Amino acid sequence: MDISFSLNGETVTAAVRSGTETLLDHLRLDRGLCGTKEGCNEGDCGACSVIVTGADGVARAMNACILFLPQIQGKAVRTVEGIAAPDGTAHPVQTAMVDHHGSQCGFCTPGFITTMAANHAGGETDHDTALAGNLCRCTGYAPIVRAAQAAEDAPVPAWMAEAPAGDITSTDAIFCPASADDLAAWYAAHPDATLIAGGTDVGLWVTKNLRDLAPVAFLGHARDLAAVQDQGDAWRIGAGVTIAALMDVVRDTYPSLHAMLARYGSPQVRHAATLGGNIANGSPIGDGPPALIAAGATLHLRQGDTRRDMALEDFFIDYGQQDRAGGEFVEAVTLPKTAPNLRCYKLSKRFDQDISAVCGCFAVEIDGGIVASARIAFGGMAGTPKRAAAAEAALLGQPWTVGVVEAAAQAMAGDFTPMSDMRASADYRMATAQNMLRRYFAELSGAATDVRGIKA
Amino acid sequence: MSVTKPLPHDTALEHVTGRARYVDDIPAPADCLHLCFGLSAVAAGTITGMDLDSVRQAPGVVAVLTAEDLPHANDVSPSAHDEPLLADGTVHYVGQPVFLVVADSHLAARKAAALGKVQVAEDTPILTIEDALAADSRFEDGPRIYAKGDVDDALAAAPHRLTGRLDMGGQEHFYLEGQVALAMPGESDMVVHSSSQHPTEIQHKVAEALGVPFHGVRVEVRRMGGGFGGKESQGNALAVACAVAAQVTGRPCKMRYDRDDDFIITGKRHDARVDYDAGFDDQGRIRAVDFTHYFRCGWAMDLSLPVADRAMLHADNAYDLPHARITSHRLKTNTQSATAFRGFGGPQGMVGIERVMDHIAHRLGLDPATVRARNYYPSALSICEQKKPGTTPYGMAVTDFILDGMTEKLLADCDYQARRAAVADWNAANPILKKGIAFSPVKFGISFTLTQLNQAGALVQIYSDGSVLINHGGTEMGQGLFQKVAQVAATTLGVARDAIRPSATATDKVPNTSATAASSGSDLNGMAVRDACLKLRARLCDHLGDADAVFEDGTVRSKGRAMSFADLAQDAWAARVSLSATGFYATPDIAWDRIKGQGRPFYYFAYGASVSEVVIDTLTGENRTLRVDILHDCGTSLNPALDLGQIEGGYVQGAGWLTTEELVWDDAGRLRTHAPTTYKIPACSDRPDVFNVALWDAPNPADTIYRSKAVGEPPFMHGISTFLALSDAVAACGPHYPDLQAPATAEEVWRAVARAQGSETG
Repeated sequence: MDISFSLNGETVTAAVRSGTETLLDHLRLDRGLCGTKEGCNEGDCGACSVIVTGADGVARAMNACILFLPQIQGKAVRTVEGIAAPDGTAHPVQTAMVDHHGSQCGFCTPGFITTMAANHAGGETDHDTALAGNLCRCTGYAPIVRAAQAAEDAPVPAWMAEAPAGDITSTDAIFCPASADDLAAWYAAHPDATLIAGGTDVGLWVTKNLRDLAPVAFLGHARDLAAVQDQGDAWRIGAGVTIAALMDVVRDTYPSLHAMLARYGSPQVRHAATLGGNIANGSPIGDGPPALIAAGATLHLRQGDTRRDMALEDFFIDYGQQDRAGGEFVEAVTLPKTAPNLRCYKLSKRFDQDISAVCGCFAVEIDGGIVASARIAFGGMAGTPKRAAAAEAALLGQPWTVGVVEAAAQAMAGDFTPMSDMRASADYRMATAQNMLRRYFAELSGAATDVRGIKA
Repeated sequence: MSVTKPLPHDTALEHVTGRARYVDDIPAPADCLHLCFGLSAVAAGTITGMDLDSVRQAPGVVAVLTAEDLPHANDVSPSAHDEPLLADGTVHYVGQPVFLVVADSHLAARKAAALGKVQVAEDTPILTIEDALAADSRFEDGPRIYAKGDVDDALAAAPHRLTGRLDMGGQEHFYLEGQVALAMPGESDMVVHSSSQHPTEIQHKVAEALGVPFHGVRVEVRRMGGGFGGKESQGNALAVACAVAAQVTGRPCKMRYDRDDDFIITGKRHDARVDYDAGFDDQGRIRAVDFTHYFRCGWAMDLSLPVADRAMLHADNAYDLPHARITSHRLKTNTQSATAFRGFGGPQGMVGIERVMDHIAHRLGLDPATVRARNYYPSALSICEQKKPGTTPYGMAVTDFILDGMTEKLLADCDYQARRAAVADWNAANPILKKGIAFSPVKFGISFTLTQLNQAGALVQIYSDGSVLINHGGTEMGQGLFQKVAQVAATTLGVARDAIRPSATATDKVPNTSATAASSGSDLNGMAVRDACLKLRARLCDHLGDADAVFEDGTVRSKGRAMSFADLAQDAWAARVSLSATGFYATPDIAWDRIKGQGRPFYYFAYGASVSEVVIDTLTGENRTLRVDILHDCGTSLNPALDLGQIEGGYVQGAGWLTTEELVWDDAGRLRTHAPTTYKIPACSDRPDVFNVALWDAPNPADTIYRSKAVGEPPFMHGISTFLALSDAVAACGPHYPDLQAPATAEEVWRAVARAQGSETG
């Protein structure tokens, strides 16, 4: 089928055969737009960053290497070739990068330029977070951040205005549903199909495992799947809500969850990845489920017109096995706003853009000095995201004291038998999981526990 | 004067607009083929059979080559001819290329390569240092030993003595542009575009593989998307594969590694172990030190001998060791062949002595910065008839030592003493988060230790409009070499910088070049270009009949009249004056015997010093670098902006090596960290919150190009101060020496906390 989108300000069409052609290959091989680079081919270096603008008019940096062509139809894509004005006038971030010596070998630079231009358009000034998805091996980042700061106050050039273009086309083999109802009907008829939302995980099945995925459905055009309903004491969050959008939802209510999500993947990944995908792929090391389980979230599944709900933790049966029937999909999650003292601790080798060795999330309610409720959930400690039942039991009904917390930490040893891998050893995982409970107690007591809050 | 100006990178504008062209961006001819290696899945064994039918039948496949199909040399080694392009009967590591797929697209080649089945009678692989020692699996007959004085007696007589061991991991280069080459068969030659620091070696390996003289191969390198040593020899395989496939098929061939393949196939920084035995006095002055280096070199020799040599040559770092012995084992293992990486063994050697200093200070309860200063070589300023210079363990007098003054300035400027007290106060008040602060110096020897490599050529051409094209053997990998050398040319000819155009490195313009390595790029090529420019200037002076003509700002003043450089060029052309000249440079005064371990391997030393402050979480080992102050010696900087960039970037890369960058192999020899998902180089927020870098502005006493100093590698070793600061923070957790190992990942910091506390976990 043919898709159409806006590319550097002009509406273009592209032929799609399998549906899993990447935007990066399309740009470089089909269009000769070689400014966009392939650094890792798995969304982890940012060299292929392009700006994607959807119907909401917001410019977002995304990784072209794991963006499939059907995902960008109807949107506006801007590559490094389209950052300067048509007459050659440089964009403020380009000028600043030259003036501040922000490029050395230059290979990561196009990805930085597009990401910086998107950030600039959005008035972003937290550059460490906003550039976490762009790796540079030469500069040590200092001159790049100086350049980003120098460009902050320059007006957004008029030529950066986008007009997303193109209709949504769809076939039975490359299905692009407009609604959850469309998806439900099609998926019931194609239960072996691959559902692709953000593609930040599935993308690697194609680029690294070289798999053919047909038939495929691209969920990004189903508006209702991406909706958030405020229900007063809870949000009903559509499966297609991106992690970036989820951050906006929880920002004020759950600052600790927001801070953890700010380290989830990278900005490019968060702009694509969805909450539903993070749950449905069943990964034991996804950061969404532990937090949502600790907060008491409910999962909403749908198969055809049949819907069922369950506590999120019950969805994860075993490694690689979820309570999901053929043709059944994650439609939404209900997240209560009332989780007490929610704290989310992500432990990884690198702070930004790294998969957790351990992700520990805690919601303990203390009433009159007594633990009234306790929900503790971990990623990275078992074959699934999992609650620390023994530790919870050791806390429940007990006074919230160092001694009780210590006993609960000891009890946690019975909750998990973690594995050793390239991210962490089993004993380190166990000890740090226990220490996260100790940290939680210390943090609620007002002690300094976060290295990121410390200055020289 | 163009030199000393902080001009941007010569193609900064092309970088930011996406117009800068890398090898994979060169528009390939329509009939271009694409290559992919099929790799060994086992670490050691004998190939008993290969089933490649399904590979040959895969869509888009044009040819599949094995070792038997290669028409001439099957060798891509930069040294001992022990590295076949395609496995020749035996395999030696997981990831070794076994067969070569030639297909009509990159994706088709990758998909087909995955279908190959190679049967191997497996041998027990030698994977670790212990395995290699047990099997006496090594390069060279036995360990190299460099020594000075009488180590055993001095150790025995020392008032204090301590021993220890430090394991340090290797490092993946993670150049953002992966390995890539493009070969295009010509009428009577083979043209190869390669992302290589060493086009001449590419030329040689390709010629041998094609069975043609060197003149039959032209290699061109416009730029690399990062090199860091990883493109000194590791690009040979791709270039040779492309050239051979192009010869076999008669069509252009391109090859680039997917990132995971790049990790799995190519060599990395050597991981190493340093054992130490040190004797010292009450003041912390070293009486004697005995080092044993164990370098895990991988399966082929590659550049391991000079890498391990350079580690020995930096085992002293900045310290005048009265008695010293360095014993170096170069171990052969069934892993990727470790290769050059910024510092070339120097960092590993330097970390060893810095660990000793740290350990001594901890033992004696002294400020480690004080212990370091007490052990320094004598200052260059102090050397006179009565005060002789210090001598390195390899017999070279250190006559240019400036770290005494640099240290004093840095510690004062960054308020080291007050901050050290504040760190102690913080640690007394905070049970969970601990801070640490540390100082470390760098003294790095400049020159290739293989003396013959210290030469460079250049070609400079003045056109009749006065524009100037320069070419030299150095390659541009981001370090700004082309800009620095262009500034040298502009200054020497007295023209504006934009009158000069640097052109792509090409083996048919300047022959027999050395790799752009050992930080030598601007030292060597700057001098060679200057030599050519001076020849041209002399010819123009002859033409004017005025030996005193002044060349400045694009104007030539002679005998009371002024003319533009362009007019003079036109005049000279009309008068039939040759306006093209070659230049040449060979570094003077160096002589080195690597077997005896005696001589003057280095023309001079480059110096630097840094202070790092960190905070750690004792519950998890998570940590942040809060502040880094660096004072670095670039001599008289050719370009302060580019030098600053090398220092900032070098530090962050060095800190990454010693902290988050961890390579993990499993028991079968498979690299488990083979992509950026699992191998973590520093990200934006990992640079220090406060990051102050200053240049020590003093001319190089050695007669280098405009008295500048090399800057590529030395700043890498400022990362050591961050490692030491983490150790300092851990030391605040208990009475025992933290014995921090590298890389100091969060997990390793957490283990060291347990060791400091004396608990069992560590």
